[in-house]
Amino acid sequence: MLELVTTRTNPMIDPSLYIWGWEIPVYLFLGGLVAGMMMISGYFLFKGRQREVSCSCLTLPLLSVVLLSLGMLALFIDLSHRWHFWRMYTTFEPTSPMSWGSWILLLVYPALLANALIRPPAWITSRLPWVIPLSQRIAERSATVKFIGIVNMLLGGLLGIYTGILLSAFGARPLWNSSILGLLFLTSGLSSAAAFVHMVASDPYEQKLLAKADNGFLTLELVIIALFLIGLVSSAQPHMEAAHLLLSGSYAPVFWVFVVGLGIVLPLVIQSMAVNYKIAHTPVAPILVVLGGLILRFVIVHAGQVSHWTRVVSSH
Amino acid sequence: MARYAMVIDTARCVGCMDCVVACKTENGVPEGYDRDWIAYETTGAFPSLHMQIRSERCNHCDNPPCVFCCPCGASHIHERGGVVLVHHDKCSGCKACIAACPYDARFIHPEGYADKCTFCIHRVEEGRDPACVAVCPTHCMHFGDLEDPNSNVSRLLASRTHHALLPEAGTKPQLWYLD
Amino acid sequence: MNSLSRRRFLKISGTAVGVAAASTAAMRAAGTITLTTQQTEKGVRTVPTYCDICFWKCGTIATVRDGALWKVEGNPIDPLSRGRLCPRGTGGVGAHYDPDRLKAPLLRKKKRGQEEWVEVTWDEAFDFIAQKMQAIKQRYGPEAVALFSHGIGGNFLKHMIKAYGSPNVAAPSFAQCRGPRDVGFRLTFGEDVSSPERTDIRNARCLVLIGNHLGENMHNTQVQEFADAVGNGATVIVVDPRFSIAAGKASYYLPIKPGTDIALLLAWMHVIVTERLYDRDYVAQHGFGFDQFAASLAPFTPAWAYPETGIEPDVIAATAREMAAHKPATLVHPGRHVTWYGDDAQRSRAIALLNALLGSWGRKGGFYTPVSMDLPAYPYPEYPVSARGNVDNPGHKYPFAHETITTGIREATITSHPYPIMGWWVYATNLLHALPNEAETIKAIENLDLMVVVDVIPSETAGWADVVLPESVYLERHDDLNVEWFREPFIGLRQPVVPSPHDQKPNWWIAKKMADHLGLGAYFPWKDIEEYHRYRMTAGGFDYDALKKDGILLGPKQPVYFDEGVKPVFPTPSGKIEFYSPQLQQAGFDPVPVYHRPPAGPPGYYRLLFGRSPVHSFSRTHTNRILSDAMSENEIWVHTQTALRNGLSEGLYVRLKNQDGVVSNRIKVNVTERIRPECVYMVHGFGHTSRMLTHAFGKGASDAQLVTRYTTDPLMGGTAMNVNFVTFVPVEA
Repeated sequence: MLELVTTRTNPMIDPSLYIWGWEIPVYLFLGGLVAGMMMISGYFLFKGRQREVSCSCLTLPLLSVVLLSLGMLALFIDLSHRWHFWRMYTTFEPTSPMSWGSWILLLVYPALLANALIRPPAWITSRLPWVIPLSQRIAERSATVKFIGIVNMLLGGLLGIYTGILLSAFGARPLWNSSILGLLFLTSGLSSAAAFVHMVASDPYEQKLLAKADNGFLTLELVIIALFLIGLVSSAQPHMEAAHLLLSGSYAPVFWVFVVGLGIVLPLVIQSMAVNYKIAHTPVAPILVVLGGLILRFVIVHAGQVSHWTRVVSSH
Repeated sequence: MARYAMVIDTARCVGCMDCVVACKTENGVPEGYDRDWIAYETTGAFPSLHMQIRSERCNHCDNPPCVFCCPCGASHIHERGGVVLVHHDKCSGCKACIAACPYDARFIHPEGYADKCTFCIHRVEEGRDPACVAVCPTHCMHFGDLEDPNSNVSRLLASRTHHALLPEAGTKPQLWYLD
Repeated sequence: MNSLSRRRFLKISGTAVGVAAASTAAMRAAGTITLTTQQTEKGVRTVPTYCDICFWKCGTIATVRDGALWKVEGNPIDPLSRGRLCPRGTGGVGAHYDPDRLKAPLLRKKKRGQEEWVEVTWDEAFDFIAQKMQAIKQRYGPEAVALFSHGIGGNFLKHMIKAYGSPNVAAPSFAQCRGPRDVGFRLTFGEDVSSPERTDIRNARCLVLIGNHLGENMHNTQVQEFADAVGNGATVIVVDPRFSIAAGKASYYLPIKPGTDIALLLAWMHVIVTERLYDRDYVAQHGFGFDQFAASLAPFTPAWAYPETGIEPDVIAATAREMAAHKPATLVHPGRHVTWYGDDAQRSRAIALLNALLGSWGRKGGFYTPVSMDLPAYPYPEYPVSARGNVDNPGHKYPFAHETITTGIREATITSHPYPIMGWWVYATNLLHALPNEAETIKAIENLDLMVVVDVIPSETAGWADVVLPESVYLERHDDLNVEWFREPFIGLRQPVVPSPHDQKPNWWIAKKMADHLGLGAYFPWKDIEEYHRYRMTAGGFDYDALKKDGILLGPKQPVYFDEGVKPVFPTPSGKIEFYSPQLQQAGFDPVPVYHRPPAGPPGYYRLLFGRSPVHSFSRTHTNRILSDAMSENEIWVHTQTALRNGLSEGLYVRLKNQDGVVSNRIKVNVTERIRPECVYMVHGFGHTSRMLTHAFGKGASDAQLVTRYTTDPLMGGTAMNVNFVTFVPVEA
C-alpha cells in the first residue's frame, strides 16, 4: 500500500489541477469553428463560388470575425494577469505553441477581412462607401480571390491544428499527450463548421454539399477519437489512466452520451438519412454536432487537467 | 559557468516544514500558497512500513517545459546557475507553464502572475544559501554548484545513491534526493 | 471599578482593531495584520533575542525592514539552535502580526466564561485585582492565591506572588508532562533529566525512543541532534504504537501495545542482566542494591513480555543486545510528555535503570552533566514564610513530588481542603487544554473570587477570567535572562525588536506594577528591567552591552562527562545509583518497577493517543497565520481496518465520542497504515472554542476535551491521560 501525503494546498493546483474553466474550452471551440469556417469559405473562394449570389462564403468571414473575437474575449478573461496580455506581442517564442497561436490569430484577422472585402454586405457599404472600390478591385482579379481563398484555408488549418498541438505539448498532462490531438481538434472544428454552415446556408447545393462534408468529417472524427484513445491505452500507466477517465471513469457518461452519441453518431445517422433523401434536412443534426464539438472541448480540457503523473492520496 | 542544484538527504529529513515556513517569511509567500512543501511517502502494511520524506519545490530543470511553453518570455532561465525564474511584469497569466509542469510546482500568485520557488536567487547572489537550506534544523539540505566538482552538492552526489523526481518526464530536474 | 468611564464593548465576534500596516510583504506573509509601526524607519536592521514560541529559548536574530518585522532566523552563536530555528520559531513573526491577539486589558462583564468584556486601562485592571487580592489575603490568607505559570516569562510574576505571601506556584509541565520522568530519574540517580534534557543524542551510537516522537515533537536541539545521530549511522530503536517520523528512521521499529512499556523494559533488562551485557565496572562502582534488582528480574523473560507487549521475543532479545553492544553510548531517551498510564514514574525509573545498566549516565552518548553560568540573583528582601505551607500535596500524599502539583491546587480549589484557594493567576498556559478533565477545571474556576489570566492570545482559559492582561509578544519585550543549564554554559537575552502594536505590556512591567498596587514595591526596587539586568551582569563580572549586541554570552567550555573529570555524584539516600530503592519500599511502593497490564477500553472504542506537530506549540499557535497556514486543523489517524469497520474514508469528517459520552468537534479522518488498529491518534491543541480566536475557532478537535479520565501517579501526582477511549459518531449527531 502506498500513502503519499503532501502539505501543499495551492489554489487551482490541489487537490487536482483546475486552471482552465469554461474560457479555454469556449475559445478552443470557437477557434475550431472559425478555423473550419475559414477552410470552407476559403475552399469556396478557391472554387470561385463567390460569384454565386447565395454563397455562404459571403457571410462567413464577418461571422468568423465576430465568433473569433468572442473567443479571444474568453481568452482575455481567462488571463490572470490580463492587462499584461500585450506582452505576448512583444516577442515570438518558437518553442511555445501559444506564442505561435497568438501570432496566427493576428494574421487570421486580416485574412478574414480580405475575405470579407470580396463581397461586403450592404450595411457596411452604405456606411463606408470607400470599401466599394476596394472590394471591386479584389473581386475582379480571380487570382487574388483564389489567393485569399488559399490563405484562408491555410490559416484556418493552422488555427484548427494549433489548438490541439497547444494541449498536446503539455507532456505533464497524460490525456493530452497525443500527437493526434491537433488532427482531432481540426476535424472537430471542420465538422462543427460544416454543420454550422449547413444551417446558415441558403443555397440547397451548399446545404447538401456541407451535409455530405460534415458526414465525412464526423466519420473521420470517430476514427480519430478511436485512434486517440487506442494510442493512450497502449501507452504508459498515466496515459492508460487518463484514457480511462473518458472510457469508464468520471468523464465517461458525458463523453459517451454527449460527445460520441449525441454529438457524432446520432447526427451522422440523421444527416446520412437526409443526404440519401430518406428524411428532410433538419437543423437538429447540425445543432447536435455544434454542441457536441463544444462539449468535446470541455471534456478534453477538464479531464486533461485531472490526468497526471503522480498519484497523491491526500493533501493535508 | 554554474549549474545550481539542491541535494536533500531524506535520511535526515523529518518533514518538520521549517523549509516551508522559512520560505514564507523570506519571500512573503501569501497565506494559502506554498512555494515548497513536504511529501510523506509510506509503503507497506503496519508494522512493516517504510517511509521517505521529501522537501519538494520547483526542480529548476535543465530541460524546463515551463520555459519552452511561455508565450511572453516571462518564464526564463537565469543567466547564472540555470535557475528558472519568472519576470512577473511580463507574465500575462495564461497558465501554460502551470499546465506544463509535471511537478505542479507553480501557482498563480494572487496578484495574477505565475510564481514559484526562485532558489532564493536574491540570497544566492549575495553568497548565502536559499532560506530553506539555511534554516533546516536537521542539516539535510544542501545547495551549490554542480559544475564545481568540489562543491558539497557534487561530492554528495558522487558519494551516495540518489534520485530525482519523474526523471522519465525528460525535464532533467536539478533537485536530488539522497536515498 | 464603579468609576469606569464608558468603554468600548468587545463583542463576541471578536472584531479586530484595524490600523494601517507598514509592509505589504509582511502583510502577505501573515494574512491581514493590524498594527502601527514607525513608518519613518527605512532600511534593514537586526536585533538578537531568544524565541518564545515554545520554552526552549533558542537564540534568534530578528530582521526588521523599513520599520516592520520581516523574519526571524537562528543566532549562529547560540548553542541551543546552532543558528537554525525550528518551524515554530521561524514562524514567530506571525505571533506579532496575529490579528486575534489580545490588545488591551479586559474586565469581565456578566458571567464567567461567557467571553464578554469591557476594555479597561491598566490602572483600572490593577486596582480591581489589588482590591480582590487584598480581600482574599485578609479573609483567607495570601496562600489562597495560586499562580499557574509556564515559561521564563513567569519569573517576575512568581516573584510577585511569593512576595505577596503565597507558596502555591505550579507549572503544568510537572504533573501533566515531564514530572514522572524527573521523579523516576531522581529515585535512581538522585537528579532529574533537566530541561533542556541532558541527553547527549548527537553522540549516541544507539538511541532508544519510547513513545518519543522526535521530529514531530520539535524541541530544536533534540531534533537537530537526532538528525546528527541518524546521519552518523546510529542504531535507532523506536517503541511506539504509532509509526512516527522517528519510526521511519529506525533500524528497529517495535509496534508496542499501548501501556505495556514496563514489560518491555523489564524484559530488556532481564536479557542484559542474565547475559551479563551490562557495564559491570560502572555498576560495581556506582550501583547500590544491584543483586536484589537483578534477582527481581528473573521472571521477566522476552517470552513473558511477548503476549503483553506484542513484540516477538527474538526482537526483544536482539534489541537488548544491540543496546548493550553500543554501551555506554546507548541512550534510552526518557522522553518528555510521559503522563500516560498512571505508572509513569515507575516506567521512567525503569528507563533510568536500563540506562544505569548500560552505564550511560554521565557518559558520552548518554547523559551529560549540564553546566551553567554563575550569574548572581538580584538581592531581594526575604519572601514571607507561609505557616500553612503548600496546598497541592496535603500530608505528602504523593511523597516523591518535588515540584508543585497543578491538579493538586485545582483539587484544593474545588474542595477547600486542606485550605481554600480563592484566586488564580494564570500565565502563558491554557489550563483548559493542559489539565485533564475540563469539567474539574471549570468547577474550580467557578469557586474563585478572582481569576487573572496573562497571555498573548485570548485562550479558552482567558475566556473564564475576571481580568485578562494582554502581554507583549516576545519580539516586543524584555524578559528575564536565560541562564541555561546545558552542554555549554551561556546567558541569553530577550529584548524588544519592535514595539507592541496596541496596549500590550511585558510581564516584568505587569508584575512590577501589580506589586506596586499591592504595596510590595520593595520587591521590585529596580526601575526597569534593564537596570535589573545590568545589576546582575555587572555583579557577575559580565558585559551587559556586549550581551545586548550579540544576544548571547558564551561561557568557557567545561567538562560534562565523568570521563572528562566530572565527579560522579548521585544525591540518593545511598549516594549511589539505586537499582533497588529502599526509599520507595519504605514508602510502600515497588522498589523495582513492576508491570501492571493496562485496563482495556469498552468494545468498539479505540484508545486515544495524542502528540505534537512540528509547526505548532501546545494550543497557542493556531491563530499565528504563518503556522496555521502550515497546519490549520488536526486529523484523527485511524488504521485502514478501523476505517473499514466504522465506514470511514479519507477526508471524511466525524465526531469522536469518548467513554463518558463527551462528543468532540468535527475532525477529519486520516486513514493510514501508520498506527496500531486498536488506537487512534491526533495532534494536541486544536478544536478551539474561544470565539475570540477567530482564525482557530472550530478547526479540528480537542483531545483535551476528550481526556475526561485520568489516572494519578501515586508516587508524584502526575495525571496520566492515555486512558481515554473514543468511538466515531457522524458529524450531525
